[in-house]
Amino acid sequence: MKIKIDKMIKSTIVLLSLCIAMISLFACSNQAQDQTRKQDQTQKQATAIDKSVAMPVITIMTHDSFSVSKELIVKSQVKLGVKIVILKSGDAGEALNKAILSKNNPLADIFYGVDNTFLSRALKADMFVPYAPENIDSVDNALKLDSENRLNPVDYGDVCLNYDIKWFKANDKDVPTMLEDLIKPGYKDLLVVQNPATSSPGMAFLLATISRFGQDGYIDYWKKLKANGLLVTNGWKEAYWGKFTAASEGNRPIVVSYASSPSAEVFYSETKLTQAPTGVVIENGSAFRQIEFAGILKGTKNLSLAKKTMDFILSKDFQEDIPLQMFVFPANQTAQLPEVFEKYAKITTVPALIDPQLIDTKRDIWIREWTENILQ
Amino acid sequence: MDRKYTPVEKKFNIHPYVLAGLVPTCFFLLFYFYPLSGIFLKSFFPEGKISFLFLEQVFASTRMMKIIWFTFWQAGLSTLLTLVCALPCAFVLSRYTFKGKKTIKILASIPFVLPAVVVAAAFQACFGNNGFFFGMKIENPLVLILYAHVFYNFSVMLRIITGFWATLQGRIKEAAMVLGANPFQVFINITLPLLKPAISAACVLVFIFCFSSFGIILILGGPSFSTIEAEIYRQAAHLFNLPLASFLSLIQIGFTFCLMWIYTSFTKKAAMFAPDAEKTNLKQPVFLWEKIMVAGVIIFILLLCVAPLIALVVKSLTYNDTFSLIFYKALFENKTDSIFYIPPFNAIKFSFLFAVTALVIALFTGVCAALFIRFCDRKINNKWTSLFDPIFMLPLSTSAVTLGFGIIITLDKPPLNLRTSIFLIPIAHALVGFPFVVRAILPALRSIPENLTDAASMLGASPLKIFKHIDLPLISKALVAGAIFAFTISLGEFGATIFTARPDTPTIPVAIYRFLGQPGAMNYGQAMAISAILMIVTALGFVAIEKFRKESSEGF
Repeated sequence: MKIKIDKMIKSTIVLLSLCIAMISLFACSNQAQDQTRKQDQTQKQATAIDKSVAMPVITIMTHDSFSVSKELIVKSQVKLGVKIVILKSGDAGEALNKAILSKNNPLADIFYGVDNTFLSRALKADMFVPYAPENIDSVDNALKLDSENRLNPVDYGDVCLNYDIKWFKANDKDVPTMLEDLIKPGYKDLLVVQNPATSSPGMAFLLATISRFGQDGYIDYWKKLKANGLLVTNGWKEAYWGKFTAASEGNRPIVVSYASSPSAEVFYSETKLTQAPTGVVIENGSAFRQIEFAGILKGTKNLSLAKKTMDFILSKDFQEDIPLQMFVFPANQTAQLPEVFEKYAKITTVPALIDPQLIDTKRDIWIREWTENILQ
Repeated sequence: MDRKYTPVEKKFNIHPYVLAGLVPTCFFLLFYFYPLSGIFLKSFFPEGKISFLFLEQVFASTRMMKIIWFTFWQAGLSTLLTLVCALPCAFVLSRYTFKGKKTIKILASIPFVLPAVVVAAAFQACFGNNGFFFGMKIENPLVLILYAHVFYNFSVMLRIITGFWATLQGRIKEAAMVLGANPFQVFINITLPLLKPAISAACVLVFIFCFSSFGIILILGGPSFSTIEAEIYRQAAHLFNLPLASFLSLIQIGFTFCLMWIYTSFTKKAAMFAPDAEKTNLKQPVFLWEKIMVAGVIIFILLLCVAPLIALVVKSLTYNDTFSLIFYKALFENKTDSIFYIPPFNAIKFSFLFAVTALVIALFTGVCAALFIRFCDRKINNKWTSLFDPIFMLPLSTSAVTLGFGIIITLDKPPLNLRTSIFLIPIAHALVGFPFVVRAILPALRSIPENLTDAASMLGASPLKIFKHIDLPLISKALVAGAIFAFTISLGEFGATIFTARPDTPTIPVAIYRFLGQPGAMNYGQAMAISAILMIVTALGFVAIEKFRKESSEGF
């Protein structure tokens, strides 16, 4: 028995050291990156593990939905002479809050993914370096919301209603064309939306209704929606994958999603669909334009390289990579769209927009009003 | 008898168990109290001044009061329901041996690792959107919340109670029977009081777990239900109202502390000591009613815990209503060449690596903590030392967002520049797994009679030797339960994805979230497929842990 217990202790120790060794090995490369970022001169050991760490590192802090293709990053790292590290930090709101909290000792050199609903909060925190990237002139002026170029637009998309084409055909109903349709008796129990307090498309849709019906009228509209059998979930995932008839066994044929969602449906289908299973409602001011911004964080240890990386983000290469990675539109107008996007992703000509300043001052009030009237 | 012996020993006044106590204490100071105090200071004294606006925001808001009230009653009701489901099953599992018992136990523990989004999908696949569950409409969010809590916590309750019940000696019961008590009287007057330590330990654990429930409430409950934890997330992550979020965290922590303090002061007296009773207690079901009982329990567990899991696996294997491996195949290709593509084996490797590391850290600190607590109870026993046990339970009900924000502003300078370190992940997992380990092994450790260890020490055995040869073999079973909890918590990554700003560490739950982030039938199918893989990995982990114990302590 003695021996067995000894064995148990020994094997525990072996296991522990094994794990720590493996993680250390992995962490070394990370730690090393962190140090190079701080221009530390003790890189010699790390180079043995990963040759690329000899290059200076630029860290991009972003939200969980961020994506980019591997090939592009590998190629650009050589071209720019930097190693790019991407730090995912939670959903859009959370990532920004983490950046604000750590502004005195930033986690990264660049922050990617402040949207226009959070723009004022980000600018107020005074944590971005003004810089106009090379290709900023190719960006539509309507997207530029910060005149000092602390935050530059990088991509955008429209949040709007998506509907299940098959369902509407099978039930012999007209598809909705504007927000006003949803309160008609014929559309009872068909809609699922997200809670604006916990979801960014939910917030965007609330803003679309505020833009459409005004600050005094929007609550009345929502009350009518509620009376017409509105369903609310906390996040996009639960609504789309849990309730939307086109994507789940749910019973709601209308959902709040993105105007580019149909192209993702086509792209991520096995038997290459020739027609998207979902349609979008983008006319009559029913789509809210979400614009994402990126900026250089104050406190970056390598401003010139951070600027070069910002140029890269607005370069044609990176911008053309965006659509299929994140299913949003590139801000740079010279970027070519992929075929599936040209065909199936939609964008409105007259988006609903609200001044970021106003969003910032009213955000809490609107959410509170909405919560009190719709959830209780 | 040698009188000189004592003074010589006295020179080293620090008892090894006190040293052991330093391990969890330092672990806590560094990774729990330091970050928390950092974020609290920053929230409450933003410019060196305190504003009490948050008090008004909590106490003057009917919504907030409703949330607090709901948090309490749903946790209480969930705990009660879990107990009602688990107790009869524990009775059968601790008395009878039958084929497939181990498999059933393992299956019942798998739900614990599944992310709430996947559980929602599993329920939907199993019951349909308008299905009924025990006569209640499954679409009702309250039914979903309660069912999900039972679904998650059933195995926690089952494992703790079964492990304890099996060691109860049959003699007292038999004596009562001989004296004319009927089985019901025996149960009420003898078994139940004897079981009390395990039942209360399990209930407290489940209560705190449901009390700080987050994903289930947010995803299955929908927006009309909110707990304090979910509200903290809303306030901190979206509204950026840090004072309010911190104050709510304080309420949560304060309540858990009080609950644990009351609980621990009642449960110091330990249970019966019967290390080998299990083998003599277990028997084959012979009579028809026994067989019916065993079959009933098996069917119940299959329906409660396993049916949704099977529905999920079926879903991952079905494409266009026919059997297909298409989703599994798709896992291996990186269609968009994304830099965040996660090869399945990589995800499994990382999940496993983190889980095992978290398990080892949690077990080591947990055993140290339990030894220290027992030492304090028996040898020191003053007011201050009795605070340690409740303190060690706090991570279980501490909001991950709050702690995560705290880590970002405090662990940011060398030598503790851990914000983006990969080490932070298993440490965060271990912090949540640790309370489970302590709760699992403390009853077993306390059941070891003091005179046994005293005798050994009188005979000259060092405390380390006593631990190795007496304590460790006797708690090995409880240790396995603790290990399994720590392991599953890490695999399921409770709230830890929002814990840190992480570099690319592709674990299975991260992969699931990645797939569910974009529309498209293939994405959904792949999320189901990798969830099925997560279940298999979990089951394999359980088998390995059980085997590890068996091999190392066989023959005892």
